[in-house]
Amino acid sequence: MVGGKPKYLIFLGCVIPYRLSSYEISARKVLSALGVELVEMPEYNCCGFPIDPINHDTAIVLAARNICIAEMEGMNLLTLCNGCFGSLHKVNKMLKEDKEERERVNEYLKNFDMEFKGSIEVKHLVHVLAEDIGFEKIKNSIKKPLSTLRVAQHPGCHIIRPRKLVGKDDPENPRLLKDLINLTGAKCVDYRGENECCGNPIIGVNEKIPFQMAKEKLDHIISAKAEALITVCPFCHIMFDLNQPRIEKLFNVKIGIPVLHYTQLLGLAMGFLPQELAFDELRVKPTIYLKKFLDYNPTLEV
Amino acid sequence: MEQPAQTVKAGEINSKFKYEISKFRGAEKITLCFQCGTCTADCPVSRFSEFYRPKKIARMIQLGLKDRILSDKHIWLCTTCYTCVDHCPQDVEIANVIRALRNISVRHLKSLPLVYKELAENLMKTGFVYVIPETRIKKREELGLPPLPKTSPEEITKIFELTGLLSLLGTSQTFERVE
Repeated sequence: MVGGKPKYLIFLGCVIPYRLSSYEISARKVLSALGVELVEMPEYNCCGFPIDPINHDTAIVLAARNICIAEMEGMNLLTLCNGCFGSLHKVNKMLKEDKEERERVNEYLKNFDMEFKGSIEVKHLVHVLAEDIGFEKIKNSIKKPLSTLRVAQHPGCHIIRPRKLVGKDDPENPRLLKDLINLTGAKCVDYRGENECCGNPIIGVNEKIPFQMAKEKLDHIISAKAEALITVCPFCHIMFDLNQPRIEKLFNVKIGIPVLHYTQLLGLAMGFLPQELAFDELRVKPTIYLKKFLDYNPTLEV
Repeated sequence: MEQPAQTVKAGEINSKFKYEISKFRGAEKITLCFQCGTCTADCPVSRFSEFYRPKKIARMIQLGLKDRILSDKHIWLCTTCYTCVDHCPQDVEIANVIRALRNISVRHLKSLPLVYKELAENLMKTGFVYVIPETRIKKREELGLPPLPKTSPEEITKIFELTGLLSLLGTSQTFERVE
């Protein structure tokens, strides 16, 4: 990477290709504009996270297989999803540090002519932006600061916890996403329970509890007078955006908080048009606060 | 509202169960739980569930109430947010303890939530836990996105076979909801 462009293999996971191309489209736009080269995986499979509850070994081998593919390509992995990051990072760290476990997993991998060597890193988008690209470069890329916009952050769980596994942010007071948001000129407001879970991982067995968890978060966000919620995980995004009308119906309330991928917020501030960032794919439509930035026409400026 | 108290019968106790759990990665410290209740107090699910109490789960493991806790469907309500792991003063990684319980429960009782069976079957079929519609894959080009990388369903099936999940899926019962 020295002297050249930062280069990563992009790990898309399952949720993004299944139903959230808005995240992928906006992420590719802003990363490319920041001089990052994204390389496609020659092949991959699910990160293993959804299988961990029923069989830990299956989940580990699924993750390790992806890491081995990245090792063969000789590039670090960049994930857009917190779940993928959590699974791949955990297994990567564990197999690097624990020789016995590495040998045990390598026995499985032999069947696929693969061997875990421990030569790459797994990074989430937020870590790539904050650590590898850096605040200065992002700040310099802002052409249209989103001043007057008040937003709230939802970092999600697996890029902050467990602390001893991730260790890049303070799980009790997460700063990385907040700082990245503030670079866009928007104000990232404090609210109660910023570091709490969206509830999505158990939606397959119980809808009521996650909907209550998400509703409570949205209530706190409204109390803090935020005009939009910013996410960096497709699971969390689905919970707050796609499911928001269902939450409104269940509790018989109007919420109306637009939920943006961080890459959409950053893209807007960098001067991309809303249609280039797939804003039309959002379920909750932009409110008046957000609209003034979306209706902006760059040709009228100067 | 808590569940009504239940009598613990001596014959029901498997005092070695805690050691079975502590063999699992991340669940080693289950014996150290001193019932302070931090995990339950800080658990966002416990705030909204009448029944999900990680503190109680830890105690049941220590007491050796193996059959009762393995068949308690509330173990499927953990979201793996890891707040309990970060906050436990005894370093008991309770979310990992619950993962161990779930894994053992699937193996012993041959029963799992339907959603996991569906995700696992999709994964074997397509390499992803969802069946991505052909129209979505085609639409990528229209959206200016590169083609979706290929997957190896045969290799995934092999992983399922080697790790024992394939035979479990074939023989397990499923249940849909946990209230």
